[in-house]
Amino acid sequence: MPENRIGRIKKINANMVTAGFDTFVIQNEVAYIIHGDERLKSEVIRVRQKDAEMQVYESTADLKVGEKVEFTEELLSVELGPGLLGQIYDGLQNPLPLLAEKCGFFLQRGVYLDALLLDGKWKFTPLAKPGDKILAGTKIGFVPEKIFKHYIMAPFNARGIQDLEWIAEPGDYNLKEPIAKIVDESGRKREVFLSQKWPVKVPITAYSEKLKPSEPLVTKMRLIDSLFPVARGGTYCIPGPFGAGKTVLQQLTSRHAEVDIVIIAACGERAGEVVETLKTFPEITDPKTGRPLSDRTVIICNTSSMPVAARESSVYTAVTIAEYYRQMGLNVLLLADSTSRWAQAMREMSGRLEEIPGEEAFPAYLESRIASFYERAGIVKFPDGSTGSVTIGGTVSPAGGNFEEPVTQATLKVVGAFHGLSRERSDARRYPAIDPLISWSKYKGIIEEKQEERGHQIERKSHDVAQMMKVIGEEGTSLPDYVDYLKGEFFDFSYLQQNAFDPVDEATSKERQIYVFNFIYNILEEEFLFSDKEEALRFFQKLRQLFRGWNSSAWESEEFKSTEKEISSLLLEKAAGKKEQNA
Amino acid sequence: MHKIYTNIIQISGDVITVEAEGIGYLEIAEVSTNHGKSLAQVIRIDEKKVSLQVFAGSRGVSTGDKVRFLGHTMRVASGEELLGRVFNGSGMSMDKGPQLTDNLIETGKPSVNPVKRVIPGKMIRTGIPMIDVFNSLVESQKLPIFSIAGEPYNDVLARIAIQAEVDTIILGGMGLKYDDYLFFRDILEEHGALSRSILFIHTASDPVVECLLVPDISLAVAENFALAGKRVLVLLTDMTNFADALKEISITMEQVPSNRGYPGDLYSQLASRYEKAVDFEGAGSITILAATTMPGDDVTHPVPDNTGYITEGQFYLKGGVIEPFGSLSRLKQQVNGKTREDHRTIMDTMIQLFANYRDSLEKQAMGFQMSSWDKKLLRYGKIFEDKMMSLKVNIPLEKALDQGWHILAECFSTEETGVRKAIIGKYWPKDGKN
Repeated sequence: MPENRIGRIKKINANMVTAGFDTFVIQNEVAYIIHGDERLKSEVIRVRQKDAEMQVYESTADLKVGEKVEFTEELLSVELGPGLLGQIYDGLQNPLPLLAEKCGFFLQRGVYLDALLLDGKWKFTPLAKPGDKILAGTKIGFVPEKIFKHYIMAPFNARGIQDLEWIAEPGDYNLKEPIAKIVDESGRKREVFLSQKWPVKVPITAYSEKLKPSEPLVTKMRLIDSLFPVARGGTYCIPGPFGAGKTVLQQLTSRHAEVDIVIIAACGERAGEVVETLKTFPEITDPKTGRPLSDRTVIICNTSSMPVAARESSVYTAVTIAEYYRQMGLNVLLLADSTSRWAQAMREMSGRLEEIPGEEAFPAYLESRIASFYERAGIVKFPDGSTGSVTIGGTVSPAGGNFEEPVTQATLKVVGAFHGLSRERSDARRYPAIDPLISWSKYKGIIEEKQEERGHQIERKSHDVAQMMKVIGEEGTSLPDYVDYLKGEFFDFSYLQQNAFDPVDEATSKERQIYVFNFIYNILEEEFLFSDKEEALRFFQKLRQLFRGWNSSAWESEEFKSTEKEISSLLLEKAAGKKEQNA
Repeated sequence: MHKIYTNIIQISGDVITVEAEGIGYLEIAEVSTNHGKSLAQVIRIDEKKVSLQVFAGSRGVSTGDKVRFLGHTMRVASGEELLGRVFNGSGMSMDKGPQLTDNLIETGKPSVNPVKRVIPGKMIRTGIPMIDVFNSLVESQKLPIFSIAGEPYNDVLARIAIQAEVDTIILGGMGLKYDDYLFFRDILEEHGALSRSILFIHTASDPVVECLLVPDISLAVAENFALAGKRVLVLLTDMTNFADALKEISITMEQVPSNRGYPGDLYSQLASRYEKAVDFEGAGSITILAATTMPGDDVTHPVPDNTGYITEGQFYLKGGVIEPFGSLSRLKQQVNGKTREDHRTIMDTMIQLFANYRDSLEKQAMGFQMSSWDKKLLRYGKIFEDKMMSLKVNIPLEKALDQGWHILAECFSTEETGVRKAIIGKYWPKDGKN
């Protein structure tokens, strides 16, 4: 095998460059274009006879025909090891803060820095001893990283049973020092380090079985947890037109969701939003750990103006890091915003490759790519009996807000919950703008099934009455129907809607949700004595106002209790029966 | 020194293909024809075949004409000398002033490292309640005005430009009517703002390729000023013309169209321009206000649709007013918590009631009996339209908030507004009815 396989540029079309080669190339291997002192990273995506077509992860301005291309034989990989938490990477795992120190304001092309600090020392504690039989992914030791025990695992690509020949004493090691030696069945020796490389487009499968997601993942968003729950290890998607609040929803989830680690993949979205996350997270204290939120977050950001090919790889980089922490037995949540931009990146490349276009010019392999991405979520069991999970929540930005488009449809086929945002709800400032009439979830939630069903039912009924009222008018609607309409509106305003800018209301704990939902369930079941519609309207307006105060009073505080009493006595005035329940 | 080639082998649309060697991607060349000279830019290289888009259009280009490659990518002059001047899409002087060739900067610089950005937090006051109260404009925001041909979007842009407290104004006009160009120039001059403005104008009669260059050069100059610590406001009108120019070139290049003939990379193309809006850590800022006309008032048309996903909200100008529904400033939360305690309450309450008003209006139009609640809403809606929505209203934010409370008190009881009691106690006008 020749040491340095090289090629020469023949064609340039935006970020697609065609290089002629002499010997051989490998599909999806990384290649570097040598332009003066610059080395531009690219990936071989199609081979035609003696031409390798490559997508370049950088701007191609000024490249010339005849310039040298070096093929590397490596697939596009990420570095996995201690030091990932709290980092901000671009789609190729370039650490952005370090890059800013080196290059200033702009993302200079062709500059690639080490993803992890190679010289940083980590305090290593071994968990295995020489002679132990180990498998790919076996935990052989740990180093402390922020609040976690960061397990050092045998290489995920080790095949079969390995003998641990040697392991380092407890002590401080950096990423360049070996901490163990393993021997495989054929006698091949290999050194193990604190970090390892893994190709991003290949799932890590060093576990014994994949389980069915059954436990709810509490996001502290009432509308999600109570009506459209998400499961640990499950998948969900949030499609919605622009301005409906996808990103705010993702940001709130990243702050409040009950998971160990959050990976945020800002894929082809606005830089401003990433800035908000990366500047505020170090300052927000995580109530669970008492440490800054950034200590349990990794941000992968490839904003819309960054090179489009790196956008495609950014979601894979993110999911690979998520899988890595899952291997340690942690619960990881991956938030991808937005998968449509990722799909568009595929479309752009496909167009340049002049592939036959599918629907809306998306490539024919769109569906299978989306499916295999979401399939990397899951809750898995390891040989030692422990479990870990990756939950994936992806936003979708359908063109024109129309859910019939290919990306939304392909996503809906593979996810377990669908939180559809609607323009009508966001226009009416009803946040979160998840439309209860179109959304669904296949997972089990925290609310009793009977009560949850009542919640869905009153929303549908209320909507039906509202539609009917548009035709026959308020005067033509019967009082019971009108009360149902008001109940639905009340449920929406007082429970489903949540004020993201109120410090208490922005996150509701599981206990509070169960308690308040039960309280509201009784109101929904109650029959009230109203003399006319006017009175009913006034009653619910008053109830709504009280609930607003209740929602922004801290759980189990004095204010919480006194407001509850006030609401109960108001209910007693009008309730027809079951008074004992409200007392 | 510069390489000159004469064998043009293809002319199609505004794209010419010439056989040449050693040419860099996106390099600039000069095409000399009998009718004069024009710049051109390399947009595809296939071994010896180099395709260029000709800025002045390909009309009159002969297969024997000379193409001289200049060895660099697109550049534009920048600096203080540009202030008060007018240029065309290629950066050539359009007024009587001299051509500028000093202090050249490259256009299309790489993206700003997100870590070097600052969270936007300074409100830009416009005196328009529909913006200040309901959808505050923030420094470094990128915001389009979605509108329809015939609506006064250029007037709104101009009004914001002259009222906003910024150091430099850069106007990028694309496919602008000549009258509109004169309108901008005159209004800036009238308000003494021309001396801090730079105009890059592509009029409807100019070659289409130049239209493509306007945002790039406008933003490159803006970036240059911002890095020097200036707060820059960039006005781009009309971005739909820019997108149409992109479409024209991509079809000429035989690219597979994705949606209604627009290229698949429309999103990336628009994003790389809009994302230039920035607040630099330790330097100035760029705020972008753009006009996007929606063909057929259709917000799902690819241009407004892609724009909406990129920008931080949009103002929806319809019927001569900024519509509260459909308009959104995503950054408003960064500033409206710091103005006055009741700002958000007024914003939320008035809009929810206004939504109810629209429902009642619909009911009324269908001939239903109006309940007393409906009647209250109808009254409220009319007052709201007159005293808040009309573009004639020009008052500072605080006055607009006070006005909001008065309108609410005039029309409703405290309970009907659903406002929390704590806030009611503090702000509800004592002389209000109920």
